[in-house]
Amino acid sequence: MWKFTLRRTLIMIPQIIVLSLLIFVLAQLMPGDALSGQIGPDVDPERLDEIREEMGWNDPWYEQYASWMGGVVKGDLGDSFRFKMPVSELIGQRMVNTFWLSVATLILTYLIAIPLGIASGRYNDTWRDQLITGYTYVGFATPLFIFALVMLWIFGFKLGWFPTSGSITPGLEPGTFEYLMSKIYHLILPALSMALITTYSTIQYLRNEIVDTKHKDFILTARAKGASESRVYNRHILRNSLLPIAAFFGFEITGLIGGSIFIENIFGYPGMGQLLVESITLRDYTVLTATTLLFGVASILGALLSDIILSIVDPRIRIK
Amino acid sequence: MSEKLLEIKNLKTSFRIKDDYHAAVDNLSLTVNKNEVLAIVGESGCGKSALAFSIMGLHTRAKIDGDILFKDKNIAKMSSSEFNKVRGKDIGMIFQDPLTSLNPLMEVGEQIGETLYLHNKNMSKTDRRERVLDLLNKVGIPRAEHVINQFPHELSGGMRQRVMIAMAIANKPELLIADEPTTALDVTIQSQILDLINKLKDDMDSGIILITHDLGVVAEMADRVAVMYAGEIVEIADVKTLFENPLHPYTRSLLNSVPNANSEQEKLHVIQGIVPSLQNLPREGCRFSTRIPWIDQAAHEEHPTLKEVAPGHHVRCTCYKHFSFPDESKEEQHVLS
Ligand SMILES: Nc1ncnc2c1ncn2[C@@H]1O[C@H](COP(=O)(O)OP(=O)(O)OP(=O)(O)O)[C@@H](O)[C@H]1O
Ligand code: SF4
Ligand SMILES: [Mg+2]
Repeated sequence: MWKFTLRRTLIMIPQIIVLSLLIFVLAQLMPGDALSGQIGPDVDPERLDEIREEMGWNDPWYEQYASWMGGVVKGDLGDSFRFKMPVSELIGQRMVNTFWLSVATLILTYLIAIPLGIASGRYNDTWRDQLITGYTYVGFATPLFIFALVMLWIFGFKLGWFPTSGSITPGLEPGTFEYLMSKIYHLILPALSMALITTYSTIQYLRNEIVDTKHKDFILTARAKGASESRVYNRHILRNSLLPIAAFFGFEITGLIGGSIFIENIFGYPGMGQLLVESITLRDYTVLTATTLLFGVASILGALLSDIILSIVDPRIRIK
Repeated sequence: MSEKLLEIKNLKTSFRIKDDYHAAVDNLSLTVNKNEVLAIVGESGCGKSALAFSIMGLHTRAKIDGDILFKDKNIAKMSSSEFNKVRGKDIGMIFQDPLTSLNPLMEVGEQIGETLYLHNKNMSKTDRRERVLDLLNKVGIPRAEHVINQFPHELSGGMRQRVMIAMAIANKPELLIADEPTTALDVTIQSQILDLINKLKDDMDSGIILITHDLGVVAEMADRVAVMYAGEIVEIADVKTLFENPLHPYTRSLLNSVPNANSEQEKLHVIQGIVPSLQNLPREGCRFSTRIPWIDQAAHEEHPTLKEVAPGHHVRCTCYKHFSFPDESKEEQHVLS
């Protein structure tokens, strides 16, 4: 178990190096830099070139990469040229916000997916299953950003049940109960909008696992022992179908990252996704590379996490 | 006269294929007596498993007609909660493939223990563990204390089948159904498993239905033999009679297709063709006639039924008297070549 975890963790290192190289090279290939937008009659182009030279932007890419990675390893993500502050500081609170948004979305996703997936798989090919499968098709076909806009318009603007932007009501003291409640209140609508759409894959996955397991030979063995249908179901079918859901967790995190970029921008939620889009429009490459790197690392960690969970729950992997 | 343990009357098990029901077990009647080993032989697809699954109530989508009396109670008509008190306790079953028949995510001790628990909820955990260890020893699994906490994939095929057997005999059933218990195993392991079943047979005193392809196994273990073809029994007799005086052409072809150690020169005789699929089965007339085309179709009876030709020896064929099989088979080779 520990051996497996250690080996699996070590594999991550080359993955992250390749990821960082890719991100860095792509950022270099993008046209323009943070200064190109600033050209105006009162700006001396030679002064800009001097700044570029000072910032090291004219160095060969591998030297820039080396100095960037050297900083990243020490936790220094560079300075944001546009926000005029260290990127790590800029990211700090936003990362926390995105983390809680992801947690809330995951909780809601599973709260929806597990009962629906179970009902759909257990009573497959009945009206109940067809209804749920219908929902998953709608979820699959609906673009997240359109759905999120509709949710925002109905529950945020028309009904006014939820705040339409931000992550906290201004002026609250951190640590108080009101502060916490306000945080949760701001999370619900974006998290729910995302969960309702993205949960379809988990429902389908769980349903297919259950339908699959139902036809396995060992289910016959369980019946032949004299186990009642409900026991066969709970002890053998459900237990064996829920475990692979753990493996799906990694994909779930990758999906969340994509989703949070839309959601945060639509709901004006100050998180990493919003920062990413801002940094692109402002051509703030230090911020862009840092946020992309963090998102990439998060999905690599997600895959690691699901492998470790699976190794804990599935004895066939545990042994190796 | 031996006592009846299981009596199957006019069992018909039909599967739905494209809106129509097709019988895989067709109007079959059979008895199994206490303390006897009844072998069921027949080629692939003739309905042996369908029969075994019908007895155990394991078909989920089949239509089942007829009666299955187990100790005079009709288990085919029982409610599932009533029947669940019988299966696993009074009737045990060993499946063909021990790898897929064991739950991959459950320790073997827990799987055997479940059978015990289901029929005796008052047994304490420690008693149950003792009993599981007992069973593991009984089926010849070494280091039972270790194996009890292992998962199926950690065991060899032979060990897994021993676990299946331990599970099937856990509650000392009066009837044991073994559906090709050795087909999925290596040849060397096969004989070990059969020896085990043979040994258990002697100290369990229960009836056994042994489904197999292997006539050597039949000769060694069975008391009586039923030969199945296309969902029907075509011949049933005690093992001695069947081997010495097989009457139905299908039985004869089966016996002839066994490689004979004494006469290596002799060519293997194999009946041409395969069992027709359920939809293509000729339900009118004799089902076997298409596979012995060298016999004049007019010679066959319209609807051959199982007839007793000698005490305990039933044959579903009337024209067997008209020809001798080995000669006919040579003629067949002429015709086909
Ligand atoms: N669930 C099912 N649905 C439709 N047809 C089925 C089903 N199960 C079995 N059959 C058909 O019923 C017939 C008998 O099958 P069965 O599995 O009983 O054969 P068998 O004698 O056990 O063969 P084998 O020696 O290969 O195990 C076959 O033609 C098979 O295709
Ligand atoms: S009745 Fe005719 S076809 Fe049928 S088994 Fe006998 S000889 Fe063969
Ligand atoms: Mg079979």
